[in-house]
Amino acid sequence: MPAGAARGPRLVSDWSTQPAPLERRLLTVLENERMGAYRVLRVADVETPEPRPGQFAMLAAAKRWGGGEDERPYLARAFSVARRRIGESHFLLEDVGPGTNRLCELGAGDGLWALGPLGNGFSPPPPRLRAVLVGGGVGIAPLAILQDTLEAESDCEISVLLGFRDRDRAEGSALLRGAQIATDDGSVGHHGLLTDLLVRELERDARAIVYACGPAPMLEAVRALCAEAQVQAQLALEAGMACGFGACYGCAVPKRGGGYLRVCLDGPVIDAEELERVDEHAGSPA
Amino acid sequence: MSAVEFCGLQLAHRVINGSGTFDAIAAQRVFGAALIRDFPFAAYVSKTITLERKDGNPPPRLWEAAGGMINSIGLPNKGVDGYLEEDLPQLAQLPVPLITNVMGSTGEELAELVAICDCRQEIAAVELNVSCPNVKTGLDIGADPRQLEAVVGVCRARTRKPLIVKLTPNTADVPACAQAAQDGGADAVSLINTLRATALGPGGGPWLGGGTGGLSGPAIRAVALAQVAAVTRRVTIPAIGMGGVQRAAHARDLLDVGAALVAVGSESFRDPMTARAIAEGLGE
Repeated sequence: MPAGAARGPRLVSDWSTQPAPLERRLLTVLENERMGAYRVLRVADVETPEPRPGQFAMLAAAKRWGGGEDERPYLARAFSVARRRIGESHFLLEDVGPGTNRLCELGAGDGLWALGPLGNGFSPPPPRLRAVLVGGGVGIAPLAILQDTLEAESDCEISVLLGFRDRDRAEGSALLRGAQIATDDGSVGHHGLLTDLLVRELERDARAIVYACGPAPMLEAVRALCAEAQVQAQLALEAGMACGFGACYGCAVPKRGGGYLRVCLDGPVIDAEELERVDEHAGSPA
Repeated sequence: MSAVEFCGLQLAHRVINGSGTFDAIAAQRVFGAALIRDFPFAAYVSKTITLERKDGNPPPRLWEAAGGMINSIGLPNKGVDGYLEEDLPQLAQLPVPLITNVMGSTGEELAELVAICDCRQEIAAVELNVSCPNVKTGLDIGADPRQLEAVVGVCRARTRKPLIVKLTPNTADVPACAQAAQDGGADAVSLINTLRATALGPGGGPWLGGGTGGLSGPAIRAVALAQVAAVTRRVTIPAIGMGGVQRAAHARDLLDVGAALVAVGSESFRDPMTARAIAEGLGE
């Protein structure tokens, strides 16, 4: 079975959010699947409230969390729920630092602390608009569960545009279906920017809502493009955060008109109009 | 869990939160009614409140350090008016006593905040954050014993509520500052606050938007234990000990060196129920 293939019936959200359990839960890893440069961590997760697409969990390995490079990690790491299957939550990982390095080592039977689901999640598309899903790199994760939910819960037309650095990373596109792909090195699909594909999509039909997640420069380009084309956009941001539930105030991003939003509490999904621009620190790893 | 008395407050156990490490209003949005039912702390200490609204520091605000973290949050808050109007009614619904933490850049500002808190019966006690530079001298108010004693004195005159002084660890003689707080009329001291720290970004400049920040987490536990021990030897008023507490054994250490209560800070970020688990682990 290819790494991206669905296992068991998809579970879908009804777009509601339920309170998260007030404690981190000890889950068990079922499998650590390689997907090109990425890993998909499949975790037994029976009792979680069903996450809304775009919600996330704070993850930490139950053992040896700490003692890596520079005696890190210490804090849990935020990950979008990428997919739900019966009794399972799936998370997409890329080894970019001591936290993700340790999580990428986990195998079947290992323990994983999870707090969540947290954050607000995406909102359903307004009537008569098609959904354009725009994801860059490991930021494609929340768009996978969004696609699952849109296909099950709405009859709107869905376009999927994904951008990656290279061929190895482009294998992550298996997490979604029917994607148009752009790569920085031209090894797969369009040789160039993901936003080139978005321009083409919106020229074809601008009656759309854009759902985007990825590195900050990509999100800013999507924001600017959608503002110019007067197309609604929901941007799933990422920011360094200690807690995920509004306690630390570490994940602040500037909002339009002054002041800050907390990505964990007011997001991670933010309406593009709420931002003057996407802060350079508010995206996923490039 | 066995009840304890602290400065006239009846508490269900000995574990509270450090100021600025738990937002009970945000947590209620996230965790719903369970937060009230299973509230992890025996008293709730608010984030620092200032006279005027503060947006906080530009991002990035966090850096993960070896065995801990550096934060440079910048005390975002609605200002005391916003706090009283919007937050206090919600915080008054918590099942535990409310301690309001306040900060000003002068003794007069702090005293005004204390007087405002004194009028509100929802507030059980006031904690002074004195880790703020004096606008004239540049020295943290809490770092200079003479200045600290004077500031605590003017605040003491404005309230009959229990007055707690959150000591700064970023000074040469912490016990002398604890003594000054006691001499100024404080009912208790709390320590340690975060240790001043910084980190450099890829370009060699400061990583944090605020330039410097405060180190917390397991990395500071041994420092906290030494400072709490030194302070409890020096003063007769009770001390709230904190700094890197992750487990009941760490809380027990602080109690063993004389702390009356223990506060959990960064560890609540990793698990919001840490404090409750520690209280149970202490057999309380």
